Amino acid sequence: MVCTDNIDFTIPLQPATDRIMIKFVLMVNRQGQTRLSRYYHSVELSRRAALEADVVRYCLSRKKDQCSFVEYKDFKLVYRQYAALYIVVGITDSENELSIYELVHNFVEVLDKYFSRVSELDIMFNLDRVHIILDEMIQNGHIVETNKSRILAPLTTIDKMVDS
Amino acid sequence: MALKIVKGSIDRMFDKNLQDLVRGIRNHKEDEAKYISTCIDEIKQELKQDNIAVKANAVCKLTYLQMLGYDVSWAAFNIVEVMSSSKFTYKRIGYLAASQCFHENTDVIMLTTNQIRKDLSSPNQYDTGVALTGLSCFVTPDLARDLANDIMTLMSHTKPYIRKKAVLIMYKVFLKYPESLRPAFPRLKEKLEDPDPGVQSAAVNVICELARRNPKNYLSLAPLFFKLMTSSTNNWVLIKIIKLFGALTPLEPRLGKKLIEPLTNLIHSTSAMSLLYECVNTVIAVLISLSSGMPNHSASIQLCVQKLRILIEDSDQNLKYLGLLAMSKILKTHPKSVQSHKDLILQCLDDKDESIRLRALDLLYGMVSKKNLMEIVKKLMIHVDKAEGTTYRDELLTKIIDICSQSNYQYITNFEWYISILVELTRLEGTRHGHLIASQMLDVAIRVKAIRVFAVAQMATLLDNAHLLTGNMQRNGICEVLYAAAWICGEFSEHLENPVQTLEAMLRPKVATLPGHIQAVYVQNAAKLFATILKNQEGNTDSTAAQETSQMMIDRLPLFVQSANLEVQERASCILQLVKYIQKLQQKDVEVAEEVSALFAGELNPVAPKAQKKVPVPEGLDLDAWINEPPSESESEDEQPKAIFTKEEPKHSRPRHTEVDEKELARRREARKQEQANNPFYIKASPSSQKVYQEAPGVEHIPVVQIDLSVPLKVPATTPSHPTGLPMSDQYVKLEEERRQKERAEKKKKEKKKRKEKRSGRGKKHDSGPESEEDITPAHVVDIVTEEMPENALPSDDDDKDPNDPHKALDIDLDNLLETTARRPLADSEKLPVRSHRAAGAPKSSAEDGEAENATPQEPKKKSSKEKRDKKKDKERDRKRSKEEKKKKKHKHEEKEEDLLGGQAEEPVVQSEETKEVEAQPTSTSAEVSDLDFWLSNAPVPSNTQEAATVAEAAPAPEAPAGTAADSEPEEPKDTETEESKSSKHKKKKQKKEKEEKEKKKKKKHHHHHHHSDGGGEESVQNGTVEEEEPLPPMSNYCLLAENSYIKMVCDIQGNLQDGSQVVVSVIFENKSDSFLKSMEFNVLDSLNSKLQRPEGSGPHDGLTVPFQLPPGVSNEARFVFTVQSIVMPQKLKGTLTFIVKNEDSSTHEKLDFKLHFTCTSYLITTPCYSDAFAKLLESGDLKSSSVRLEGVNMPFHHLLARICFHHHFSVVERIDSCASMYSRSIQGHHVCLLVKTSGQTVSIDAKCDEPTLLGNVLDEIKQTFSQC
Repeated sequence: MVCTDNIDFTIPLQPATDRIMIKFVLMVNRQGQTRLSRYYHSVELSRRAALEADVVRYCLSRKKDQCSFVEYKDFKLVYRQYAALYIVVGITDSENELSIYELVHNFVEVLDKYFSRVSELDIMFNLDRVHIILDEMIQNGHIVETNKSRILAPLTTIDKMVDS
Repeated sequence: MALKIVKGSIDRMFDKNLQDLVRGIRNHKEDEAKYISTCIDEIKQELKQDNIAVKANAVCKLTYLQMLGYDVSWAAFNIVEVMSSSKFTYKRIGYLAASQCFHENTDVIMLTTNQIRKDLSSPNQYDTGVALTGLSCFVTPDLARDLANDIMTLMSHTKPYIRKKAVLIMYKVFLKYPESLRPAFPRLKEKLEDPDPGVQSAAVNVICELARRNPKNYLSLAPLFFKLMTSSTNNWVLIKIIKLFGALTPLEPRLGKKLIEPLTNLIHSTSAMSLLYECVNTVIAVLISLSSGMPNHSASIQLCVQKLRILIEDSDQNLKYLGLLAMSKILKTHPKSVQSHKDLILQCLDDKDESIRLRALDLLYGMVSKKNLMEIVKKLMIHVDKAEGTTYRDELLTKIIDICSQSNYQYITNFEWYISILVELTRLEGTRHGHLIASQMLDVAIRVKAIRVFAVAQMATLLDNAHLLTGNMQRNGICEVLYAAAWICGEFSEHLENPVQTLEAMLRPKVATLPGHIQAVYVQNAAKLFATILKNQEGNTDSTAAQETSQMMIDRLPLFVQSANLEVQERASCILQLVKYIQKLQQKDVEVAEEVSALFAGELNPVAPKAQKKVPVPEGLDLDAWINEPPSESESEDEQPKAIFTKEEPKHSRPRHTEVDEKELARRREARKQEQANNPFYIKASPSSQKVYQEAPGVEHIPVVQIDLSVPLKVPATTPSHPTGLPMSDQYVKLEEERRQKERAEKKKKEKKKRKEKRSGRGKKHDSGPESEEDITPAHVVDIVTEEMPENALPSDDDDKDPNDPHKALDIDLDNLLETTARRPLADSEKLPVRSHRAAGAPKSSAEDGEAENATPQEPKKKSSKEKRDKKKDKERDRKRSKEEKKKKKHKHEEKEEDLLGGQAEEPVVQSEETKEVEAQPTSTSAEVSDLDFWLSNAPVPSNTQEAATVAEAAPAPEAPAGTAADSEPEEPKDTETEESKSSKHKKKKQKKEKEEKEKKKKKKHHHHHHHSDGGGEESVQNGTVEEEEPLPPMSNYCLLAENSYIKMVCDIQGNLQDGSQVVVSVIFENKSDSFLKSMEFNVLDSLNSKLQRPEGSGPHDGLTVPFQLPPGVSNEARFVFTVQSIVMPQKLKGTLTFIVKNEDSSTHEKLDFKLHFTCTSYLITTPCYSDAFAKLLESGDLKSSSVRLEGVNMPFHHLLARICFHHHFSVVERIDSCASMYSRSIQGHHVCLLVKTSGQTVSIDAKCDEPTLLGNVLDEIKQTFSQC
């Protein structure tokens, strides 16, 4: 009855514009020094430096009264400034900017809670811990956890292990 | 030994740790690089030691250095060593380093497989966690294949912490090793209902991602997600789910209807801006996908626009930005709703944030109308003046031009104004867009004839003041406008006020500093000007003026003859010689003007961009044939760039031919480039756009364009003088306003008159009302070249898919996994490899036989061997025969069962092979999910009764879906079978098929390839009309409209492809009498739906004058355009033709009544369609199906097809023996697909269309066509 009997279908595919929602998380200071970088898609080392410099220049050139979302090449940047430190997240086009904006703040709040009033120095000297926190929150480009105490649970356990 | 350990720990005390390194780098700001290189040396030493603690410390420092951009790949092996440490603190450092440094090509990764497996199964959950996190960063296809099973097990770990991570990493595993998706999916789905919200959210994330790539396979999960959406309170999860629905709705419009309600509820209730934004975005997307065939959702759009307005009005710049972004999405489909917020958007143009201004600019594009264009552009011009930074100013410039030139200058009512805007724009310093302005000037001047006088005058001024534009050598870009100016002045030189002065301006020495291609145009057009001047002066008795001009040419041209630019040199020397010759003739008093101007005679007309393609290939010319010997394979491969045009070329069945085609195209392209290079009117990109210019101080204060007072400004006497300080365009704005006012006044007068005639004393309400779009008539007529689509344009725009897309491999039909009965259990080869014993070839083979069936596209299957088909045919025949025998015994019930068994036995599925993965599914959900259609049509959502009620209301059960049409048919095969005496063999077969269909409905996709060859024939006709097997009977589409003793009217009704609401009726009037017929008036009584298009100003009941008279025995054709709104139903319109019959002595008024029948067929337009596009269309699932049966059709199949093609505007997509698929498209874009099968004298037509009413009517009409013959 259905007239599709002798027609074979090819299955339509969505174009592969974006694969990973969060492409990278960067923490840079006003001088353009990278304090933390995490890539969720592979970028060659040589291109990372260029990308970081470019992204930072872009964000630094923006004034305080400008919005925090920038269209950059084929993806978007969401950035937030905390004192002299910028947190920049590269996201794909289809991602919700506002939710990432809130995620960044959430991340800073978690850092604040763990380091009790986090500063740039805390991040520099405890890079591995910051990485653990970030890994608890974002995994292969997806948001995993946003609950502060649950994010910090593994880290506190690890700290106890190290102490003992 | 002990000593060694002690020594090691003492050494350690002097080692730097990470903190020391960071501090050290800070203290060595001057010689950072040097300091770091010594550190790296130290690290290398540390790595050589046996002590794992030292190594871990070194690796930790390396990770930091890697972040700073130093290559640490040399330490990859040491990282693996640290990863395999038994102590968690070290292991963690190792994994962190690995996740930062390793990538797919790091070779040591293959050493890690066993270590990672060990860590994954570690009793310590943090070991497992850290391994999973690390793995997500550096998983390779090999790792994915080897570890897939371990990770899958972890998805059911007791600790939610592990489950969560395992679920998320599965996404990466699927990408790297697509074969794992099928076996892992049931468990993944199960995690959607995990008690732990974190795990649940992870599963939502993964499935959303998968589904957004291949939404089709996940439609059946919609009810589950719907439940989650109405129950979840986690905004992050909600955002994900809503995004997913956004991807699903285009495939299943009914889902959209169901979604609108809860989404609008969320929009109303949520306080989270991110969620609100997501909802608004999705509602917009849903409404876009539903745009056709949906009841009005203006309320939802209104709500969205309102909410967006709140966002835009917010002081938070982020919200403002996003609001504008979302607004632009609405603009595409519902421009009206956005237009009402024009004030707000114009306000945003003044925002201090450039990104917001740019977004607002985007929106402006869609908001202009004839009425407000000038006002908006005026505002933009002010911004141009104020703008700092060239990027934003350039953006403004392009936007102004975009806005003005959109849809063929639709909104421009006064081109004088536009030209002056363009001239004003040339004042912009340092813009890159000189060529853009130039091309606009050229375009307008060429296409708007009425403006040429004005344009020429403006351009002459521009040329005269060229030094201001080129003041600083090459003020990059902007001098491009001189190209246009020179050309316009030359080409339309007859309009020049003072050609000699312009000629002088064009031959100034300064010109030689311009870019070569502009000089070339100058020289060429100087010659044109020269010709015009000669012509003007010919009549004069005194020839000195003409000779002076010649002398000037001869004096100035040598400068160009010396030019380094070849083009300039060549032209200049050629023209110089010509002028010298002319001068000689002049001295002999020979009249030369006529001949000189003949050099440049003829007008250039704009050509439609695709005109070349429309030229038919002359008969006997085979473009595919080789002209020369074909070049060798390798050669052709690397010189073939991916041609942009090949897409539009018909695909040839033989690959060799397409290649030839590409070659041919490349050659043509080459030729075209050549041609363009030689074409002075083709604007090339400026080569010098990169050059930097030095800014001269205060240049902007010099008025570049003085107002040329010689141009008649047409200022009415009532407004004596405009302040000359106004920019020119502003004056035109005023003029235009006055013109409009005048027009309005005139109209008013007219209307008043009319009203007076009809009835005196109606209120003046109308007059004071705002002017509507249609009232504004443009001051100039644009010579519009309609840009037609090529005839072979594909109905669906199937973008070229990225062949490297990893998600392509993930396009796996998971439906069968969702069924409780598991129709197609996992084959052995599909099970995930367990542990390390694996045969080298195993995974590959699984990919081939398992997934190839689903993933490979059409082509390979077509190759299925002939034997196979024959076998199938035999089998079918056997089955038919056996069925008939059984029927005779009248054991209906048994027979039915047997049949089913027979059908199943044919399937290559071994039912017993059920795996535990499949069994693991929860039955509750699968039962719920099993019938998506049921859910979509009426099932209330169990989670929330109140909401469910409203949802059910919102989605009243619509027509049966295409795929399950068989399912919805009444279940009474027995009844029909009892009256079997009537039923033909064919019918039985069909019923049987239906039954099978019902059983196989859900797994249909896996088996449709069985049916593929049902039709059986080898011959397949693709793309195009049917091959001529027998001569076709003559056919005509003209049908009799009305006839009397004087006149006969026959008509043909065709849809207008360009305009979805127009139908063109061609009527042939034939004078049958011996008298002269004249003053024919054609009139039709309009219906609500269909209206005759009458010229402006005539009333709704006025007739149309037929534009010719008919002498005796003569016939002629006239066309009438009708506008129709809905095309799904046929229409009948009553009409009258009145005419005067004039004999030698007398003349009489006569009339003839007729009935115009707009069949649904007349709304269809023959549109070719390729079989793959056709298949995609059917696959999309948006189409409703219907069928019709024609009995006693006694004609060859190809005649039948030709008839359908001819009378009903279809085209044959593919024909296989006695079966053919056909396609057509309505003027409003409905797709109509037919599958025509014939057996004996019975023809069955199965049809699909996205508009069921239309389809029904078309089928009725087809039936009627064949009942007549």
